[in-house]
Amino acid sequence: MIKYLTRRLIIAVITLLTIMTLLFLLLDFMPGSPFNDEKLSDSQRVLLYEKYGLDKPIVYRYKQFMYHVIFEGDFGVSYTIEKNANVSDMLSKRLPLSIRIGLQALALGSVVGVILASVAALKKNSIWDTLTTVISVIGISIPSYVFALGLNYFLGYKLTKATGISFFPLTFDLYAPLKSSVLPTIALSMFVVATVARFMRTELVEVIGSDYVMLAEAKGLSANKVIFRHSIRNALIPVVTVLGPLTVSLMTGSLVIERVFGIPGIGDLLVTAISVNDFNVIIAISFFYSIFYIVMQLFIDVLYGIIDPRIRVSKGGE
Amino acid sequence: MAQLQQAYQFERILTSDRVQHDVVYEGISFWKEVFLRFRENRGAVIGIILIIFVSFMAFVGPYMNAHTYKSKVDSHINLPPRVPGLEQLGILDGERNGKNVYEDKGLTDIYYWFGTDNLGRDLWTRTWVGTRVSIYIALLAVVIDMFIGMGYGLISGYIGGSLDLAMQRFIEILSGIPNLVIVTLFVIVLNPGILSISLALVITGWIGMSRVVRSQVLKLKELDFILASKTMGASTSTLILQDLLPNIFGQVIIMSMFSVPNAIFYESFLAFIGLGLQPPLASLGVLINDGYKSILVYPHIILPPVMVLALLMLSFNLVADGLRDAFDPKMKQQ
Repeated sequence: MIKYLTRRLIIAVITLLTIMTLLFLLLDFMPGSPFNDEKLSDSQRVLLYEKYGLDKPIVYRYKQFMYHVIFEGDFGVSYTIEKNANVSDMLSKRLPLSIRIGLQALALGSVVGVILASVAALKKNSIWDTLTTVISVIGISIPSYVFALGLNYFLGYKLTKATGISFFPLTFDLYAPLKSSVLPTIALSMFVVATVARFMRTELVEVIGSDYVMLAEAKGLSANKVIFRHSIRNALIPVVTVLGPLTVSLMTGSLVIERVFGIPGIGDLLVTAISVNDFNVIIAISFFYSIFYIVMQLFIDVLYGIIDPRIRVSKGGE
Repeated sequence: MAQLQQAYQFERILTSDRVQHDVVYEGISFWKEVFLRFRENRGAVIGIILIIFVSFMAFVGPYMNAHTYKSKVDSHINLPPRVPGLEQLGILDGERNGKNVYEDKGLTDIYYWFGTDNLGRDLWTRTWVGTRVSIYIALLAVVIDMFIGMGYGLISGYIGGSLDLAMQRFIEILSGIPNLVIVTLFVIVLNPGILSISLALVITGWIGMSRVVRSQVLKLKELDFILASKTMGASTSTLILQDLLPNIFGQVIIMSMFSVPNAIFYESFLAFIGLGLQPPLASLGVLINDGYKSILVYPHIILPPVMVLALLMLSFNLVADGLRDAFDPKMKQQ
């Protein structure tokens, strides 16, 4: 296990360094520049380059940049979005909001998905089963941003117009974070619901048909115990594997959801940064996405090994 | 000795008139069986029909009226849908808030089937032109899966050894990079557009497929029929093309069908946030973004692209489900 973890950690570090280097080099060699403003004269541009140290040779800047990032967690300053603001400060303000909505969506989606799947598998071929299938197919087929638009239009706009009371604000209100995070969370969680429900239903049906559940029934356990202790718990194990792809979809989803609802999170910031060539912000956010993604993958693999000892055995046997 | 052999020589008897072929239990080939099972699946058949319909409309639709995807008519902005024939029934008759917008503007014999957008462009033409982008992306996703993904997995799994090790480490690093970051890179270097999306798909779209193919190859190559082929002197290319490929092809088809809706979603999502195709070019994501800007006042603009997008993704999901059940009937019984 320790050998496996060390190997994974080394690969994670290599991946991160590769990403950082690639981003740094590509951003440097690309034609665009944060100071593309036509109003700037050539001499002003030279001054700006000097001010931010962009006139130094690239090898020197690369060393400086990596040194600051690795040892000080400092990504430099923003060039265009918030002039001269420290990127790390900008992120630390926005990151909690993005993470909160992402986690809320993940939690809501998993719980609803598991409930739907359990009902569907226990009452196989009933109306509930069909309903779950329909929900999961629709949830996978309709992009989360379309859901967001629909929710915003019907619950945010039409409902307010019809009743005169604003249940859910159209755009994110920093002073009412809970109320205004309801719609984004629901929109973001639809994909999670669909994926978890779909995956878990298949698993649960298989578990219910297995010998050990029959044994549990045969030795006279109560229906509740058979369902919760023996069936659902075992069916949950493989669901852990879909958490990886789900985090990816949550990350991409957050980009649009934040845009639709006007949430000041990092997804929205990334889109803005790309359009105005704010290099340091782009690098910093990509770095955070990558770290988050890599840590999540590692966490899932380790968790999987802990929950299901068979995986460890088969990995050791290879 | 020679005499003895002659005495034991066998006589040849014609058997053709004695043999009876059992017509009733005629063997069905694997692919025919798959096809028959697929045909049974109502959802998948509907999905196929819808995909064919949408693709057909994507190619024919833009030529069905005189407008092009970027021709603007200043006096025709934000018109609601109006369809000849249907307008007598009271639906799609160009009315908004109880008033006929067309007649208010004096446009009695002008029809925009999906309406127009805020620049006076025909939404019918734009929607179907945009659908072409999604269909191109769908094809691209399949091609990437089939060639890069399958090739990588086959080579890595079949040759094995240190090459496999190196190739797997490379994948491990590549899959550690979120594809959002990869798209960001391409968008910055190449500017937003269809090229950067295509390249991002080429870089990341095949990893899942190559993993599946590799694990299948690793499993299959230990089996006896491969050993038999090798013993009979089959070359590497014969082994891969004739023995391994047919056995994993079902999985490959299923996987690539499942990657299609993902790719379509990805393109539309990038276009929606402004990192994909740029207006006046049309893609479903661009159109949805256009419609979203004026959703509160003119909700008709967003409806066609949303519906086509949802229809396409739904159909591809249904077909992929149907194919999975057809190739692996064990899963269907559950």
